[in-house]
Amino acid sequence: MVTVSLDIQILLASLLFLMGLVGLLVRRNIIFMLMSIEIMLNSAGLVFVIAGAHWIQTDGQVMFIFILAIAASEVSVGLALILQMYHHYKTLDADAMNKLKDKTTES
Amino acid sequence: MNTIFYIAAAVALLSTLLAITRRNAIHALIYLIMSLLSISVIFYILGAPFIAALEVIIYAGAIVVLFIFVIMMLNIGLEEELEHRWLKPRMWIVPSILATILLVEFIYAMKTLHYEKIESQVVLPRQVGLSLFSTYLLGVEIAGMLLLAAIIGTYHLGKQKKKVLHRFLPKR
Repeated sequence: MVTVSLDIQILLASLLFLMGLVGLLVRRNIIFMLMSIEIMLNSAGLVFVIAGAHWIQTDGQVMFIFILAIAASEVSVGLALILQMYHHYKTLDADAMNKLKDKTTES
Repeated sequence: MNTIFYIAAAVALLSTLLAITRRNAIHALIYLIMSLLSISVIFYILGAPFIAALEVIIYAGAIVVLFIFVIMMLNIGLEEELEHRWLKPRMWIVPSILATILLVEFIYAMKTLHYEKIESQVVLPRQVGLSLFSTYLLGVEIAGMLLLAAIIGTYHLGKQKKKVLHRFLPKR
């Protein structure tokens, strides 16, 4: 059995979450942004499973299954939206969609 | 077992870092698969074999395949050339090394970790299933409705809009 302290396991999950967050903020390609969201959801699920294994309860794994369902539905809708976006704008740059931007504040 | 945890954690961090910094989407997806597989090994040694299997089947199987489908659909017409350019042999070296490390770890964990001996310290799939369909039954139903909504939404978003100007005007 793993006897690594809980702090280090949580640290691993937080680092993964942080990488996903940085990827989401830095990348402008919308496919990469969706992938970063997947990384973040996965690390959240990792925290649940770690906690469930630490306290020997089933709840962590049950929550991971729910996170899996959420991730699957999120990614399917997101990819359909990406297809529509590519259909309209012919680009994958997330900054291309600025029709709602206030024109008066635009520099 | 702790060494296995640290190695798998290092592989996960490295491959995630590579995944978010790649320029090419297919390369990034390969590193994302490596990250998911290493987290799956961590799940296995944490005593959650069912979750480890789900991680491989649903995340690395279904979701990444969806991504690949969309990337291929966005480049219609030049698949052959793109495949040759994306999947150069040189590109496979680092993912293969990482995958080999994970495979060795996994085989070692399977040899040494006997769940029946430590049954009181781990949560086995049977207990998860019982909890899922008794305590969390409402959650399961809500998840089912969420998936149904996702199916309907994806179908609606994905279909090509037919342009009809008027019912008596000829279709373009």
